[in-house]
Amino acid sequence: MKTVFERTPTFKNRPTHYCPGCGHGIVHRLVAETIDELGIRGRTIGIAPVGCAVLAYDYLDVDMVEVAHGRAPAVATGMKRTNPDKIIFSYQGDGDLAAIGTGEIVHAAHRGEQITVIFINNAVFGMTGGQMAPTTILGQVTTTTQQGRQAVGDGHPLQVAELLAALPGAIYIERCSVHSPQLIRKAKKAITHAFGLQLENAQGLSLVEILSPCPTNWRMTPIKAIEWMEKEMTTVFTLGRIKG
Amino acid sequence: MTGKIIIDTQRCKGCGLCVAVCPKNNIVISEQSNRMGYFPAEAKNTGCTGCAMCAIICPEAAIKVLIDNNIVAVETGRKSKAGLTEEKV
Amino acid sequence: MCGNEALAEAAIIAGVDAYFGYPITPQNEITAYMSRRMPEQGRVFVQCESELAAINMVFGASATGKRAMTTSSSPGISLMQEGISYLAGAELPAVVVNVMRGGPGLGNIAPSQGDYFQATRGGGHGDYRTIVLGPSSVQELVDCMPLAFDLADQYRMTVLVLADGILGQMMAPVVLEKKPGRNLPAKDWALTGADAREQHIVRSLWLQDGVLEDLNYKLQKKYQQVQKNEVLCEQFAVDDAEIVVVAYGVAARIVRSAVNKARQRGIRAGWIRPLTLWPFPTEQISDAAEEFRLFLTVEMSLGQMVEDVRLAVAGRAPVVFYGRPAGGVPTVEEILEKIRQCSIPENRRLHRRLPI
Repeated sequence: MKTVFERTPTFKNRPTHYCPGCGHGIVHRLVAETIDELGIRGRTIGIAPVGCAVLAYDYLDVDMVEVAHGRAPAVATGMKRTNPDKIIFSYQGDGDLAAIGTGEIVHAAHRGEQITVIFINNAVFGMTGGQMAPTTILGQVTTTTQQGRQAVGDGHPLQVAELLAALPGAIYIERCSVHSPQLIRKAKKAITHAFGLQLENAQGLSLVEILSPCPTNWRMTPIKAIEWMEKEMTTVFTLGRIKG
Repeated sequence: MTGKIIIDTQRCKGCGLCVAVCPKNNIVISEQSNRMGYFPAEAKNTGCTGCAMCAIICPEAAIKVLIDNNIVAVETGRKSKAGLTEEKV
Repeated sequence: MCGNEALAEAAIIAGVDAYFGYPITPQNEITAYMSRRMPEQGRVFVQCESELAAINMVFGASATGKRAMTTSSSPGISLMQEGISYLAGAELPAVVVNVMRGGPGLGNIAPSQGDYFQATRGGGHGDYRTIVLGPSSVQELVDCMPLAFDLADQYRMTVLVLADGILGQMMAPVVLEKKPGRNLPAKDWALTGADAREQHIVRSLWLQDGVLEDLNYKLQKKYQQVQKNEVLCEQFAVDDAEIVVVAYGVAARIVRSAVNKARQRGIRAGWIRPLTLWPFPTEQISDAAEEFRLFLTVEMSLGQMVEDVRLAVAGRAPVVFYGRPAGGVPTVEEILEKIRQCSIPENRRLHRRLPI
């Protein structure tokens, strides 16, 4: 028999600390496959966030750096400007990018930094036990919105992809999801495109926003979690190519 | 059977996503727990077509997918630079 | 040249690869100068969106093995404390210049030395140190730049250069020349792409039991090496002095004039001028701490370095303070008067009993 699917080398063969059904494992695999298929492991430097994916360097076998919460786009700027031949990517969650790091991502996009940003949107702060994130949807119960998120006082969920698309320096913005194999394939294409743009020396920032399940903090089974994504999250966060 | 999956049952965390997406109901959750204390997915390998939906959604990349030699491989979303490797299974 | 531009040019001569800065008075001449000169030299200049971003851009460039620096003034340096703590934990070299202004809060744009605690006590979280240089002339500020980069690379630490609004703005003739640097270790830890090698990871999170504790001991050993080898300090007329004035930076220039005048009036005064504020010249001051001496610390603050002087003197002699905070600049006359008061025997007896 022939193998049609197996683990790609840059996705290290070791157990992960992620919860059962967490989307990080899926996206890590897609990023690793992209790096291997484009043959860029030797010139790629990745930035791990503060969040559940802080240990991404234990799973992605490329040079990686762990940075302060939200600062990844600034670190990426420092790295890319001084090493324009390297492929620089950041991997950030919704606390990292959409809460504390809004200044850094907006300005990196505004300046058109030639970096690739993978933005994981799971509508909560995962690492710290399930608090409201900027992307938590209205009515969603979290440890800090125990009556459900209210528009008055908590605000509406933040639409990062649309927000950044308004900036000329952001040249490719797409929102994907990993709650079905078909959508995972599309996400892979988006990630490959985003890395490809950097390889082509495209003048601007690429960001792929990926809706991801967090069964533990949503208090759901993994299967219920992906159903919730299909039913609820995609009505708030529209999938598709927003720009580019 | 045209396809076959090999699940790394010690790596599997029993999330059940593969069970949910398999179009052939080829995967079940085992009654036996693995070394990590999870109840892993198990392949029945009856009617597997090698579509790889399970492997695509597995967050642990714990599933390897194979197909018969005489089948033309479908696009699984992952291109291997080495092409399809021949394996004795 | 004015101090700000001179230090910028000196950094370029020292081989800085990247400058990241944000406008803040009184150091805007640096960002403007670098915005012109760095591209001329084919190097990197970015005006960032904030000092938070600036220190993190330094972090990124440094992680790839480049020489990177940023400059700011007191409130901006406060914003950089998180980044400096991360630099320390990840053991990355960096050069940060603080052109000090009055504080706390928004303060004013006048010169001050109110950030000594912030600089030497490590304003960020955790058990770490940064090397701190306190030059007192434009030439010394210029000479501090290659020294700062070499120290940063040699020890994989942040080096903070403390200037202030006076040093930054004053015009002085300077000699700018490339001098041979130290023999530095190769940056084999740098992130350059895992091409035919194992991945490198730059991190400061170590969760497993005991690992972070070990890292901290390792850092401490490194800091002890710095304390042993890198102290820089000047002194004048201490051998027969009854009053030793301790000051750094611009305050030291004023003290020098005051001590000269005191000597002319027959008061046996001398001075000790630390150039490295960390590592502090504890030994030099301790050696001078004889019972018949009195130490007068002069700072443009409410008294910060005086605590380090007190620690070094360890109770063997009285330590007295004179200073003016938040833009107040002590005059030669004020310091001279304080020296004169200290030289009166009755006052010395009082000083011996009262901690000031």
